[in-house]
Amino acid sequence: MPSIVKPLVTHPGLERNALGLTIRDYEGGMSTLCAGCGHDSVTAAITHALWESDTPPHMIAKLSGIGCSAKTAAYFARGAHGFNGCHGRMPPIATGASAANRDLLCIGISGDGDSLSIGLGHLAHLVRRNVRMVYVIENNGVYGLTKGQFSASADVGSTTKRGEANHLQPIDPMFLGLSVGATFLARGFSGDKRQLVPIFRAAMAHRGLAIIDVISPCVTFNDHEGSTKSYLFTRQHDVQMTVTDFVPPAEEITGIIPDQGVVSIPMHDGATLRFRSVPDGYDPTDRLAVIEHLMSAKGRGEIVTGLLYVDEQSSDLHELGNTTDKPLTQVPYEKLCPGSAALAGVGFR
Amino acid sequence: MNPTDTSDPNYFHRVVDCQWACPAHTNVPEYIRLIAQGRYTDAYMSNRESNVFPGILGRTCDRPCEPACRRTRIDGSPVAICRLKRVASDLRGDLTDRLPVIPTTKSGRRVVCIGAGPASLTVANDLMPLGYEVVILEQLDKAGGLMRTNIPAFRLPAETLDEEIATIVDMGVDLRLNTPVSSLRSLLAQDFDAVFIGTGAPRGKDLDIPGRHESDRIHIGIDWLGSVAFGHTDKIGERVLIIGVGNTAMDCCRSSLRLGGTAIKVMARRPRSFFKASSWELEDAEEEGVEIIVNHAPTRFVLEDGQLVGMEFQRLEWDEQARHSTVIDTVVIPCDDVILAIGQENAFPWIERDLGLEVGEWDMPVVDPVTFQSSLPGVFFGGDSAMGPKNIIWAVEHGHQAAISIHNHCEGTAVSSRPPQGVNLVSQKMGLTEWSYHNDYNPSTRQRMQHVELTRRFQSIGTEVEVGFSAEQTAREVQRCLNCDIQTVFAAPLCIECDACIDICPVQCLTITENGDEADLRTRLSAPAKNLDQALYVSAVLPHTGRVMVKDEDLCVHCGLCAERCPTAAWDMQKFELLIPLAVSTPVPVAT
Repeated sequence: MPSIVKPLVTHPGLERNALGLTIRDYEGGMSTLCAGCGHDSVTAAITHALWESDTPPHMIAKLSGIGCSAKTAAYFARGAHGFNGCHGRMPPIATGASAANRDLLCIGISGDGDSLSIGLGHLAHLVRRNVRMVYVIENNGVYGLTKGQFSASADVGSTTKRGEANHLQPIDPMFLGLSVGATFLARGFSGDKRQLVPIFRAAMAHRGLAIIDVISPCVTFNDHEGSTKSYLFTRQHDVQMTVTDFVPPAEEITGIIPDQGVVSIPMHDGATLRFRSVPDGYDPTDRLAVIEHLMSAKGRGEIVTGLLYVDEQSSDLHELGNTTDKPLTQVPYEKLCPGSAALAGVGFR
Repeated sequence: MNPTDTSDPNYFHRVVDCQWACPAHTNVPEYIRLIAQGRYTDAYMSNRESNVFPGILGRTCDRPCEPACRRTRIDGSPVAICRLKRVASDLRGDLTDRLPVIPTTKSGRRVVCIGAGPASLTVANDLMPLGYEVVILEQLDKAGGLMRTNIPAFRLPAETLDEEIATIVDMGVDLRLNTPVSSLRSLLAQDFDAVFIGTGAPRGKDLDIPGRHESDRIHIGIDWLGSVAFGHTDKIGERVLIIGVGNTAMDCCRSSLRLGGTAIKVMARRPRSFFKASSWELEDAEEEGVEIIVNHAPTRFVLEDGQLVGMEFQRLEWDEQARHSTVIDTVVIPCDDVILAIGQENAFPWIERDLGLEVGEWDMPVVDPVTFQSSLPGVFFGGDSAMGPKNIIWAVEHGHQAAISIHNHCEGTAVSSRPPQGVNLVSQKMGLTEWSYHNDYNPSTRQRMQHVELTRRFQSIGTEVEVGFSAEQTAREVQRCLNCDIQTVFAAPLCIECDACIDICPVQCLTITENGDEADLRTRLSAPAKNLDQALYVSAVLPHTGRVMVKDEDLCVHCGLCAERCPTAAWDMQKFELLIPLAVSTPVPVAT
């Protein structure tokens, strides 16, 4: 625990976004995570992406379950809505929130335990429904809150801090997503915000569920020599499949990525997603090819990062369910509740 | 950029803006912390080490530290450093057992100082503990020099002055009052190992325009202030014009109000932004009802029947830089007295020109700016007499440097051989997230000094206007200090590049990036680094990625959160202490 909360004093030259807010306005409470936790950097990247995208804080819903990762929802966007649910049960709550108010930007923060162990079933169904939200998995391979046991994402052969090796097969959220029909899959590293921030921005603009698996080292229990999710190991084995640039609607395309070999994908709201495949020929819209690429990279022991798969064509929850195009709060009461007479008409047929 | 060399005393010294700006390099953050802890005597002694006169300077210093203060860049107004210095002086306890021990067996070295102002007193202060015999010759019947004659008692009470001068004189200085020096030659013929000249800039500039010598109601500012200080002058006419708008003019106009003046006008040639007076002195004068009139150039004194009745001015219109003016018309402003406060200069009528002491431009002796020795070995200058009119704190620093030179000279060491500055860096870590200093940022605004009510303050010229900070004000003001001497020190080999420090920094000073030259790096930082006066702290190459950690020192509030959030203790908060060499800190010579 730091001795003080982050002072409110700011850099006088701080830039303001279109809403007149500085990045400090998108911060939240003081983190109580361990010093050096990757999650804090993920929080900073989300904060940055929210500020850059001019999102009004009151139009954000932060959702989480249980775990170190779940705490981080409190550490950004203090002006946003939030719901901290039961362990692994964030997806159904997010589904409800998104169903009721389709205008909200839902940001779910989860971890490898919350998503890949206790919440795996809920996650799979969230993917199937293609709920429009940003779903972040802060993945460190251990249960940090209970002192560092292996989680379901620990690689075979990696060891605990005390030296015991893991023998169980890991669940890779990217493969899980590809197999149940995810429409946006990305992997990042908490230590590389240059890559992470554009991915978050693209995820916020995506129509449907965007899963971002962020390798976020547990500095206390899984940042040692036997770990495959440490800062050093991730840096040594990180292979960037794609370099992503997010170009908001109505902004001139002068990306940071050199034009050569760039693929541009128009997004639902008019924005453009541009990326360049680092290994020539990698096509993030071809699901079969992506599976093949990821499988072979895994065989080589590489940690593949970047925007790995995207599908802007599939329908999301609201289109699939043919729901109202307005948030429920804006639907007149008479329409929302047709009364007991109408109920009698539909009942007991 | 090459990795920053933090062992160079100048690097972290520059980060402590106030200390860097102070001519005597007073350790400001340290004494402010001591005040915060209620250790007033310790705070006073910490001050005294470098600036010798904390009580006097706590009221009258020109405060070069305050415009430099980092707090100004954060919230617009500097820490009230000078006022806090006065708190230490007002509340200090007995100093007797803290002052240097004066050897009873003298070294046999004899030094004579001319003029009992701050420069000579500092020389005595530094040499007495080394066993020197110091003689101070003063033409007036009281010591203090311009501190006594030019600073009115309502700004600096005589008791404060007396007390701090006595501290030095009581070391056994042979102070000879009423002893004007009329010949340097005769002094050189006497049995002294060194001569120090600290005679100030005692001659006020005159204004030779028609009518100047036809009335006795036209006064030279510093002479008039001196005559007020010694009680020779105790009244003035109701309508007084002050010509000039420096700090002396402010003292003249405010003194006039206390001697019977009721309509006081300060006449300035140029627009307000070109005034020489400190902003706070202008404010204080205007608070008392002094009228400041700009763009008026004096042309002649107006006399009727041999009586001064007014003064004629040209009204000017200036261009933007106030370089060229055009005359609009002339006006006569009625008055009973005129005080000329348009500057002062040096005068050495008692230095024979055939002694081999080289005299340069404007009749000023040629003085080495480092050693303060003249072209005549063994003759040293300091204070206003060395480099022209400056201020007390510069005079003190000259005194320190001259004392080192005199000691070298007497020991047979080259005066140009200067003892080097040293540096101490000590970790302030007391626990996992605990520091030896109060690291939180306090959003308090600068405290306003309370003044004695207007109705009471004109009753006597000895009524001190500033009442000093109250306990509450002091408690708030000390917390505004950003502890710039508690440095962020980085150890690159420990860094795992987790970004925790970068994410937590409230003012975005930190960046991990590819190395480059300074101009290039400044464009690639977390926040704009536009203040080129403030250094970039560049680390050695980081082990994981080969990038470097860059810190823009400009706006750091020294909250220590980077170090608290660092999992590997690559960042640490270390107290920087500048080890300033003084004559006193050199070994005491063996008595011969």
